[in-house]
Amino acid sequence: MQLTEKHIDYWQKNLRLTAILLAIWFVVTFVMAWYAIPLAEIKIFGWPLSFYMAAQGSLIIYVAIIGYYALAMRKNDLEHGVQEGEED
Amino acid sequence: MATSQKSFTQQLKKYYTFYTGGFVLFVVLLAIAEQMGMTNKWIGYTFLVFTILLYAGIGIMSRTVEVAEYYVAGRRVPAFFNGMATGADWMSAASFIGMAGTLYLTGFQGLSFIMGWTGGYVLVALLLAPYLRKFGQFTIPDFLGARYGGNIVRSFGVIAAILCSFTYVVAQIYGVGVITSRFTGLEFGIGVFVGLAGILVCSFLGGMRAVTWTQVAQYVILIVAYMIPVVWLSVKHTGVPIPQAVYGGVLERLTEREKQLTADPKELEVRKIFADRAKAADDKVKGLPATYQTEKDAVTKKLEDLKAANAPKADLDAAEAAVKGFPASPDAAKAKWTADKGAAAGRTGPPLPHATPYPGKDEKARDTSRLNFLGVVFCMMFGTAALPHILMRYYTTPSVQEARVSVFWSLFFIFLLYFTAPALAVLAKFDVYTLVVGTKFSELPAWVNAWQAVDRTLLSITDINKDGIVQLAEIVIGGDIIVLATPEIAGLPYVISGLVAAGGLAAALSTADGLLLTIANALSHDLYYKMINPNASPTMRISVAKGLLLVVAVIAAYVTSLKPGNILFLVGAAFSMAASAFFPALVMGIFWKRASKWGAISGIITGLGVCLYYMVHTYPTFIQWFGTTPIPKWFGLDPISAGLFGVPVGIITIFVVSLVTPAPSKEVQELVDHVRYPSLTGDIDTKGT
Repeated sequence: MQLTEKHIDYWQKNLRLTAILLAIWFVVTFVMAWYAIPLAEIKIFGWPLSFYMAAQGSLIIYVAIIGYYALAMRKNDLEHGVQEGEED
Repeated sequence: MATSQKSFTQQLKKYYTFYTGGFVLFVVLLAIAEQMGMTNKWIGYTFLVFTILLYAGIGIMSRTVEVAEYYVAGRRVPAFFNGMATGADWMSAASFIGMAGTLYLTGFQGLSFIMGWTGGYVLVALLLAPYLRKFGQFTIPDFLGARYGGNIVRSFGVIAAILCSFTYVVAQIYGVGVITSRFTGLEFGIGVFVGLAGILVCSFLGGMRAVTWTQVAQYVILIVAYMIPVVWLSVKHTGVPIPQAVYGGVLERLTEREKQLTADPKELEVRKIFADRAKAADDKVKGLPATYQTEKDAVTKKLEDLKAANAPKADLDAAEAAVKGFPASPDAAKAKWTADKGAAAGRTGPPLPHATPYPGKDEKARDTSRLNFLGVVFCMMFGTAALPHILMRYYTTPSVQEARVSVFWSLFFIFLLYFTAPALAVLAKFDVYTLVVGTKFSELPAWVNAWQAVDRTLLSITDINKDGIVQLAEIVIGGDIIVLATPEIAGLPYVISGLVAAGGLAAALSTADGLLLTIANALSHDLYYKMINPNASPTMRISVAKGLLLVVAVIAAYVTSLKPGNILFLVGAAFSMAASAFFPALVMGIFWKRASKWGAISGIITGLGVCLYYMVHTYPTFIQWFGTTPIPKWFGLDPISAGLFGVPVGIITIFVVSLVTPAPSKEVQELVDHVRYPSLTGDIDTKGT
């Protein structure tokens, strides 16, 4: 089993995508929670922003991150010829 | 294969649509029966018996003796359905019944569980699920064993998997016992065994296959049961049937109401009474042993005075009880009065501001509160990405791409409940703060009286300042009541209460199923087949797996009947342990080829070790059990978040030890490449058989 350049490129792309999405996850989760007290001053539709993010906003972003990853990786698989066959 | 998989999915959709329709019809029929005079007790029984029979039926239909069917449901569960099954597997009694209550009681701070229990799926999706699916065996210790070579790592995997799953399953069986006993009047112990029978019938006959298809059915019941009362409550307070979208306005009104109640003179009066009581109790404790005799004389004299004055019977009874219940010794008096002081002192403060992050009296208190919020979020997330019963589910999809999509559906289905729970907490709190507080004791809503009669720990309201009107400070509320009583608060018929109980039962049973299976599989597959008897025939392997399942279930039920500790803590502890033991070794095994066998072994030991050390030295119940010496909390972090220390220690240890020990062999490096690419030419095959 010899890895070609194409394979290495596939893995690099995957790592980059994973790192970017994890960075978003980190900001939404830990950075927002760290600054929850000042963020509570901002109001949206009655919710203080920090409450809204912890109760709903961050959850929606999590779902979106996972959905985006699944779509982007399917494309990445196809572009680099590592997709699974019909049999699998 | 591709076409048969497609028709299989079509068929499943048809079955479950029929099933959902049938279930709705069943609820409607019961509602009609209730109008015609069916009693509450019989509605409770009907729900219990009907749903358990239903799960048993699915279990019998999915019975199997094939290895791949038993362990991973034949690896053909479509992403959508695996998502639903994971949702039910994931959401336990703690999520269904406890979550909204925790939010009611702790406000913003409780949201750490909401974030932690959803955000963890980002880690599952990005770092684990697709790679584990490509590896394609049966258990999590399987992966550790293959990646790091040898039985030592596998054994540690088995031990850690059993440790955290067992802690977690005890909490679930406890939940089953509570729900069945509350809604049918059966005794707690009997409730546990009735529930256990329901769990066993499906996992015993059909392993993962039966558990998967039952969990899908259980998800449907639990989500319907959760939504109906909340939607109704939302209509009651906002006129809009989408609570999640509109409770921001209610939260604003609630915050206004909190401010009013904080400054309300009557509220201040009640809080003052509690402060006086706390002080009186404290004085009595400080005056010991002299106060013991003077207090004893005082209660005796009061009784005699009342008798002499021909006082009303109620007063006489109370005075008599005070004499009878007087502590037998100065030591007992000290314990009782200290407890009295604590109870009263806990009720002297203003209401907790629900929407405010990290409330605290000074900068330091706020910082500790923030650290604990972040600690819980961290441990729940990394624990999610390390709990074997969840990761195992991604072995069951037909392909790597399906595994990725399946995590999406999993989180979507979990999200539906988790973004509703904070709305429920706010709506229920608003209801209590506006419709219960301020009413006359003679005009309390019917649900308040009903629940006070059931269990005083869930709800009790006493007229402390004798003004005949309910003050917020006079209400004691237990978290679990929020979900259980919502149908009545919203003014729905009893059949919906029965439905909620069935939903809670579905949540607890489905999680318990998944956990028991994980424990039994770790023993039968990893310990027996891989380490003791690799030549065992498939029939033998399945028989051993089923036998062990029974043994584990009985042990778990026995431990549960001892009623150990606080449920939310047990659950949280399981997450911290799983995170510390598994997360570093699993993720580094995939992303870092250099991670070596000894690195992994020492990482698991130090990570889990630090986590356990911190818990048994800071959590009061554990200190009592194991007789350990208490240590001061590090940075003020609560024991539930011990994983915040365990995970980094595990990662650093793996890193350092791997660098000073020999690099993994060429075969292992090839294995890593194998799991990284969904398909490779000339690929090795690691599929389990």
